[in-house]
Amino acid sequence: MAKPAASARKRSVQQANRRDEVTGTDFVGHEWDGIEELNTPLPRWWLWALYISIAWGVVYVVLYPAWPMLHSATSGTLGWTSRGQLAAEMDAEAARRAPMVRALAAVDLNALPANRELMQFAVAGGAAAFRANCVQCHGSGATGTPGYANLRDDDWLWGGDMNAIHFTITNGIRNPDHPQTRMSLMPAFGRDGILTAQQIDDVVSHVRVISGQERASASAARGAVLFAENCAVCHGPTGAGMRTVGAPRLTDRIWLYGGDRATLTTSIANSRRAVMPAWGGRLDPVTINMLTAYVHSLGGGEAAPAPAAPAAAPATNAPSNTP
Amino acid sequence: MTAPAPSKGFSLYAKREPVFPKAVTGKFRRLKWAIMAVTLTIYYVTPWLRWDRGAYAPDQAVLVDLAHRRFYMFGIEIWPHEFYYVAGLLIMAGIGLFLLTSAVGRAWCGYACPQTVWTDLFQLIDRLVDGDRNAQFRLHAAPWGPGKIARRLAKWSIWLLISLATGGAWVFYFADAPMLAQQLWSGSAAPVAYSAILVLTLTTFTFGGFMREQVCIYMCPWPRIQTAMLDEKSLIVTYKDMRGEPRGSVKAARAEPDKFGDCIDCDQCVAVCPTGIDIRDGAQVGCITCALCIDACDAVMAQVGRPRGLIDYATLADAKVEQAGGKAAPLLKTIFRARTLIYLGMWSAIGLGLLFTLGNRTRVDISAAQERNPRFVQLSAGDIRNAYSINISNMESRPRQMRIAMEGLAGGHMWQGESSTAAAPARAVDVTVPADSVARLTVFVAAPYGNGHSEDFHFTLRALDREGGGDNHAVTFSRPME
Repeated sequence: MAKPAASARKRSVQQANRRDEVTGTDFVGHEWDGIEELNTPLPRWWLWALYISIAWGVVYVVLYPAWPMLHSATSGTLGWTSRGQLAAEMDAEAARRAPMVRALAAVDLNALPANRELMQFAVAGGAAAFRANCVQCHGSGATGTPGYANLRDDDWLWGGDMNAIHFTITNGIRNPDHPQTRMSLMPAFGRDGILTAQQIDDVVSHVRVISGQERASASAARGAVLFAENCAVCHGPTGAGMRTVGAPRLTDRIWLYGGDRATLTTSIANSRRAVMPAWGGRLDPVTINMLTAYVHSLGGGEAAPAPAAPAAAPATNAPSNTP
Repeated sequence: MTAPAPSKGFSLYAKREPVFPKAVTGKFRRLKWAIMAVTLTIYYVTPWLRWDRGAYAPDQAVLVDLAHRRFYMFGIEIWPHEFYYVAGLLIMAGIGLFLLTSAVGRAWCGYACPQTVWTDLFQLIDRLVDGDRNAQFRLHAAPWGPGKIARRLAKWSIWLLISLATGGAWVFYFADAPMLAQQLWSGSAAPVAYSAILVLTLTTFTFGGFMREQVCIYMCPWPRIQTAMLDEKSLIVTYKDMRGEPRGSVKAARAEPDKFGDCIDCDQCVAVCPTGIDIRDGAQVGCITCALCIDACDAVMAQVGRPRGLIDYATLADAKVEQAGGKAAPLLKTIFRARTLIYLGMWSAIGLGLLFTLGNRTRVDISAAQERNPRFVQLSAGDIRNAYSINISNMESRPRQMRIAMEGLAGGHMWQGESSTAAAPARAVDVTVPADSVARLTVFVAAPYGNGHSEDFHFTLRALDREGGGDNHAVTFSRPME
């Protein structure tokens, strides 16, 4: 079918009006190696749809950001930006939350758990703030690591009711710059030469006996005497701890650093003086209230102590979940 | 029909040829009127039907409550997790279309498709305002003048009113109809309601008034799909060319009786066709099998004293048999053949399956997920505590008292809330779940340390009222030694 191009064109013009007998459709006149094209025209409104889309596109380009340029994009006459829309939505959300935030700023923390809606709001906000500020030490599950308290269990160093948690978050622990901070300094019995290594070993034996990890021994009996002389003033004669000075209860299964012999020996010999930042100057009061509600809701929250009974009274902290 | 060949050049784009279908009477026209009346009535009236569901649920018989994710259909209420009922209905609709198509061709297109029904309605308006085919054609060709403008305005106004009612009816399926009607009127309805009405009004106006057969021929995928569903035993509208050809006038046929077939070439089949095709060209994509040409041809045959059915519902196989001088298969045998029975079987099986599950479904549900971070917490007395997020669904439209209990996990006990330990050891928690909602609660479970290994147990849910019913969910109690 190889033909000179000029004669092929001539031929196609002549054939333009030919009609295909099978379909009754006109030929377009194009032919490729014997295959010919029939004219089955597109509906004209389809073409209009194309023109309308083009018009739509032109309007869109004028109104909205469209063409990417070297440093930014064309901005569009409406001034719309996705960032601006986000800001407007965030503002609307903040306005929607404003009444709850105001209520939370003024709330009596002890009454907060009873206000389910506000408590839910506070816990959700507290969870977000916790993830930003607290997980670095307490872990994403708030279960802590050695030296950083587990906030979910029923054991508290400084108290687990709303106000105690709020106080701890606001003022921190062992912050020399903050006069209100939770402060207590356990002596370094070994490093400062108060007890000998043998004596420390005896105290460790005694602590492991009262925490139910070892059986009574001669070492533990010697340790009991040393304990009464050196430790009971803060940890209590029975080792039940004292919250006013953040002295942990030594008779339960929960250890901040560890209950094995080596860790206990280190703790007694060198003391432990963990610190926690005071968040009062860094976070706003509403966020601190939210964090308080969140930590209280994790599973360890305690009821507000009765006014007469001191918060640190060991009896009120004893676990009641004996199965 | 001989179109003049273009003398010079040709266009790649075809202008729409306006179609002015002639009014026709007959049994298929009556059937179409009846189906139009029924379908339009269903569409416009359904949202206004009421159905008493008590104080806690809407009283609209058919309601798609997207905001609250509930679907009400008379006595049936469907929650999002039961969407497979809707999926099942859609599958049934699909298979139903297969069934219908393989049995009676494009009956859906010809009778029940909204595009057909509304086009038919709009063409009725055409005839009321402009007159029948010839008057419409004259008006179309006439230059614009006061008379034409007045008629066009009148017609388009009526179209617009119908379109508005169509778009307006649609939104009533998604909200309480009487209240929404009031809000629409006072301007206080949601913007989405107005925009939905606007879009549906414009599409109805355009598709029913101006696009018409263009939608069927160029936009709708169904005609293409149907070519795969039709076979030689499907009933389609067929011009029996053996009997009709060659065409000739009554006068010519009287002069030479042996030369001409029954078709007198009166073009009535073309005149009444709503898509403007000539059925005598054979089965084609433009034919929606509305059967109006059968009515038109039957009327003409009756006038010239020839038997009816020159154009008739027939299968391609029957047409071949009749050409050979045989007799067409009986209608029932044509319709009930292996292919349609298989479709019918699938359709019924899915329908029965849906009905069965609908009858057996429980209206309470519990799901429990163990908290993962952390999975366990050691308590000061040495016990291990796990936390679980529990969702209880009360799918009845009344509040119900329910009891969540533990099954398994010896020595374990549970409590609800945020306190670190239980007030008193218990193995069940009672909750009141509000009507038609999901209660979410955190439950703590504590158990002795034991050998430190994890253990599986169940949460069981039981409704405490007379009707009862329950559900359970398996969970794991984790301990430090995994």
